Amino acid sequence: MHDHDPEERFQAIIDDDGRIEPRDWMPPAYRKSLIRQIAQHAHSEIIGMQPEGNWITRAPSLRRKAILMAKVQDEAGHGLYLYAAAETLGVDRAELLDMLHDGRQKYSSIFNYPTLTWADMGAIGWLVDGAAIVNQVPICRCSYGPYARAMIRICKEESFHQRQGFEILHTLSHGTPAQHDMAQDAVDRWWWPSLMMFGPPDQESTHSEQSMRWGIKRFSNDELRQRFVDMTVPQAEVLGLRLPDPDLRWNPERGHYDFGEIDFTELFEVIKGNGPCNRQRMADRRRAHEEGEWVREAAAAYAAKRAAQREEVA
Amino acid sequence: MNTARDWPLWEVFVRSRRGLSHGHVGSLHAPDAEMALRNARDLYTRRREGVSIWVVPSSRITASSPDEKDEFFDPAADKIYRHPTFYDIPEGVDHL
Repeated sequence: MHDHDPEERFQAIIDDDGRIEPRDWMPPAYRKSLIRQIAQHAHSEIIGMQPEGNWITRAPSLRRKAILMAKVQDEAGHGLYLYAAAETLGVDRAELLDMLHDGRQKYSSIFNYPTLTWADMGAIGWLVDGAAIVNQVPICRCSYGPYARAMIRICKEESFHQRQGFEILHTLSHGTPAQHDMAQDAVDRWWWPSLMMFGPPDQESTHSEQSMRWGIKRFSNDELRQRFVDMTVPQAEVLGLRLPDPDLRWNPERGHYDFGEIDFTELFEVIKGNGPCNRQRMADRRRAHEEGEWVREAAAAYAAKRAAQREEVA
Repeated sequence: MNTARDWPLWEVFVRSRRGLSHGHVGSLHAPDAEMALRNARDLYTRRREGVSIWVVPSSRITASSPDEKDEFFDPAADKIYRHPTFYDIPEGVDHL
């Protein structure tokens, strides 16, 4: 391959299903688009620690508590893998965090909903992580190498998240009538927001087309949403829980489940900052960052002290 | 030093089990090598993915070319006689 034109060479690698690596030439818009997407993804992972962290102290058993802590630790890890991938594009992690904290960059709207009961831990694992997996599996083949590699790690770990959520709901659903109702209530609240995680319908999606051409995205929002519905409906039957959509039914002609219309005005309101928990999530994130300052200072002081000691010995 | 902003970047290499070499798994920020190792353990081996970790300051890595161009590796491209499959061996010759 000869590189008379770097853009041609770049597109040829992608069209050949090859991977772009950090020091390759890439169109500025590709770089910018990836930074935006990877950063938003990283922010979602660390904001996503909050709704679940809310229940660690009130988990119903030691087993559940240990699992939930491991899951929240995973979310932190996923955030770090993704910040590291973003940094290969020439941004600084501290800069990305600044942009999250002052609202210039966003995180997934799903985390702006409250976790009202223990059953929400189940619904988040089953539905929210389930939807995330459907979104993320194709990104394991994304054209940008470091992002794809981070996603492979993340997807491997997410499947534990989804299973533990399913198990929580299955236990509640087959427990006392009150526990069953709690599980049903959680599914009622999380179903529609989970469907919105796939983004606006294809005809209104602003970033999709170019992302497809660049091999960042491989399936449209609506395709992935349909895939999620199709795999989730039979699982709901096993759980003995109802999905809150009267229009949900198998369509033998399409070979897919039909489902009701999604109220996207709600999604756009939440994106704009008017969801139930937007302000709280951001306030907690900023506070956690500020209150963690002393830890960062202590780590730096310790490193300086150790370096001085080594110098003395030498 | 102003918080994590100035912490150097470290590349992390993990040996997944005895008998295998260390492979690159990712990177992280840490104030010094010792803390980079601890962070790497927490970040990259939460599920027993490794028995040994190396951390290397990213700034200390020397790489082949600034923009991974093919020319650097061109000299090897036309020397197919370096591969055993290049040679014609008569039928019936074993252990060669």
